[in-house]
Amino acid sequence: MAEERRFLSASGVPIALRRRQHSASCRELAVRGPRLQLRSLSAATSAVWLAAYGLFALCENSLVLSAAIFITLIGLIVYLHFVKIDQESLLVIGSLGIQVTSAYASGKESTTFIEMGQVKDVVINEAIHMQKVIYYLCILLQDPEDPQGVSEVVPLFQSSKPRLDCLIEVYKSCQEILEQRKTAPQSSEIK
Amino acid sequence: MVLKVFFPSCCSSADSGILIGRWISEQNSAVILAVVHFPFIPVQVKQYLGEVQRVTKVSVSVLGSWSNSKQEKEESLSEFLEDLGTIFCHEPWIQISKEGDSKFWSCSILQKHSKNPQEEEIILVYYDQRKVMLSHLHPPLDTAGQGAEDASKLSAIFDTVARSQVLFMTDRYDEGPIKLTHWQSDGVEASIIVELLKQASVPASLLASNLSLHSHVFCRVLKFWPLSFLWSKLSTCEQLGHRLQHLQVISSNKKAQNQNQLMRKANIFVSLLIDVALGILLMSWLYRKNRIGHLADTLIPVADHVAEELQDLLQWLMGAPAGLKMNRALDQVLGRFFLYHIHLWISYIHLLSPFIEMILWYVGLSACLGLTVALCILSDIIALLTFHIYFLQTSIASVSYFLFLFIGTLLFTILLFLLPTTALYYLVFTLLRLLVVIVQGLIHLLVDLIDSLPLYSLILRLCRSYRLAAGVKFRVLEQQDGKPLRLLMQINPLSYGGVVQTYRLPTYSCYPRDSWASLCKKLFLGELIYPWKHKGDKQN
Repeated sequence: MAEERRFLSASGVPIALRRRQHSASCRELAVRGPRLQLRSLSAATSAVWLAAYGLFALCENSLVLSAAIFITLIGLIVYLHFVKIDQESLLVIGSLGIQVTSAYASGKESTTFIEMGQVKDVVINEAIHMQKVIYYLCILLQDPEDPQGVSEVVPLFQSSKPRLDCLIEVYKSCQEILEQRKTAPQSSEIK
Repeated sequence: MVLKVFFPSCCSSADSGILIGRWISEQNSAVILAVVHFPFIPVQVKQYLGEVQRVTKVSVSVLGSWSNSKQEKEESLSEFLEDLGTIFCHEPWIQISKEGDSKFWSCSILQKHSKNPQEEEIILVYYDQRKVMLSHLHPPLDTAGQGAEDASKLSAIFDTVARSQVLFMTDRYDEGPIKLTHWQSDGVEASIIVELLKQASVPASLLASNLSLHSHVFCRVLKFWPLSFLWSKLSTCEQLGHRLQHLQVISSNKKAQNQNQLMRKANIFVSLLIDVALGILLMSWLYRKNRIGHLADTLIPVADHVAEELQDLLQWLMGAPAGLKMNRALDQVLGRFFLYHIHLWISYIHLLSPFIEMILWYVGLSACLGLTVALCILSDIIALLTFHIYFLQTSIASVSYFLFLFIGTLLFTILLFLLPTTALYYLVFTLLRLLVVIVQGLIHLLVDLIDSLPLYSLILRLCRSYRLAAGVKFRVLEQQDGKPLRLLMQINPLSYGGVVQTYRLPTYSCYPRDSWASLCKKLFLGELIYPWKHKGDKQN
């Protein structure tokens, strides 16, 4: 049921795409980014502390050292709780909606659920990001006033930024379920 | 087509019976509200449902059967359950059965009148009945006239559960023809407190209505001329008026029509309460150990010191400040003029000095009206005490204006030589004035913060996060082949930012906040910054 494939993100970092088929109309797609490296964490910490010791040697005020400890702790908490996203997942439930979840490194999850009635389509789009063109997947939301119009674009996998080959994989899975939605109203009309 | 069954998680251990709830055909889903146990008389059930329907205006009907077999022996039951479908005709007839302690239920659909019986996929969605009933989806909808449109959305489910509150009132131990299982409140321990509160609310509401009457009269008195003039100039009066309005809102006898108004009332009430509590705290701090006397004693030397500093500054400006060479004559004239002003101000303060302690004592009493009122009075006092700087700025601004007007007529060279002198004076006094304006602005910011913070909503969000829902989230539960997909519907609480944004109380003015840009513009153009609120400010 669950299969995992490895891809690369736009910046060349390895990411893993996991696809789980819960039922015919329910599918979960999760992109897991790289884990927090102990090496980079200790490098950042020691850089802050070295700087603090440098300042301490200059001005001989022990307040600098306690401030450095404080900054490191607060910085780490903020980084883990608000910045570092471990996994971004997409739960597509036919006839119910699409749920976008991002799990932070601290375990916090932020979830948004978009009802199927609001979803117009799921498309792959291009964007310019830091002097290069990248592809991203996004959900187009239906404008309630205008049936042709798009009221909002919700970009997906913003932190992991997978490359096109991974996006196509996700796109196909989503479209398979969205197709069911399009055929469903006709069958109910026949009845 | 996928069929969704919203099942309350509290009913998962209920005895066998029939499922009652609402069928929403637009989204092909069934919202189960309760389970009726065996034995029952079908006519009585129908009667009961009719009654519920009349009260709640939700089309409650029998949707299917529920069998919870502890031991696997009740073979004959399944046929009986199917037969029930013919008594309570409903299309489709949902059959849910749970065997033993198994987590995986089997669920089947009977469609007798369908021409092409097709395999429908079923999704079981568990929901917490209590949380869904109590929560409010955001953004709040205009409930009137949107019923048909809403039927295709999740809010329809929330609405259904919230409206069938009457159904959940029946207690487990009530004797009646029908036995129901649904969510019910656990115990009534708090009822004594509730009763006492009800008793207390009668005189309280009388007092409140009295208050509102008085405040009406008070407001009318303030409309007359000399008072209304003062009213519009001092921020204290503005704040008092704002609070009076709040009191009127709270004490009005009208019942809040919808959730938003209720929340607004509660927010205003809590904000008032906190405000007054902080004010009384401040007062108790001030009046202990004769702090007011100390304050008054230090105020006069501080004012003297400020005046001295200003005089020193003027002396410095009259010489050659920072090595700048100024027009000597104009410099002297301006300097003398300002020195005289400062002298006047000092004598004004000294005239006041014997009364300052008394004034402060009475002003301190106002803190019991709320911290915000006290802060506003502080801001006004600062404005009054630093009047002189304002005058200085006024005069220098008019002088430079006068010079600017002469651009066309006077010789360019003369102007060029005189401009640095006036510009310097203008700069110095504008900076001083700016300092005062910033202090006042900060005080007003604090007042605005206390005034506009929706404390009740924030506390509600902190303690009962499901009450303010931004939406829902689903969790896929463990599943087995051949059994329907099981989802757990949870409530996604509104973020704190969203709470503040939705329930922010409107403040009477954003005097300091929105005018930072206009302030800079004014400074640059040499317009006046009034110590009081100016009518023109609002129009801009």
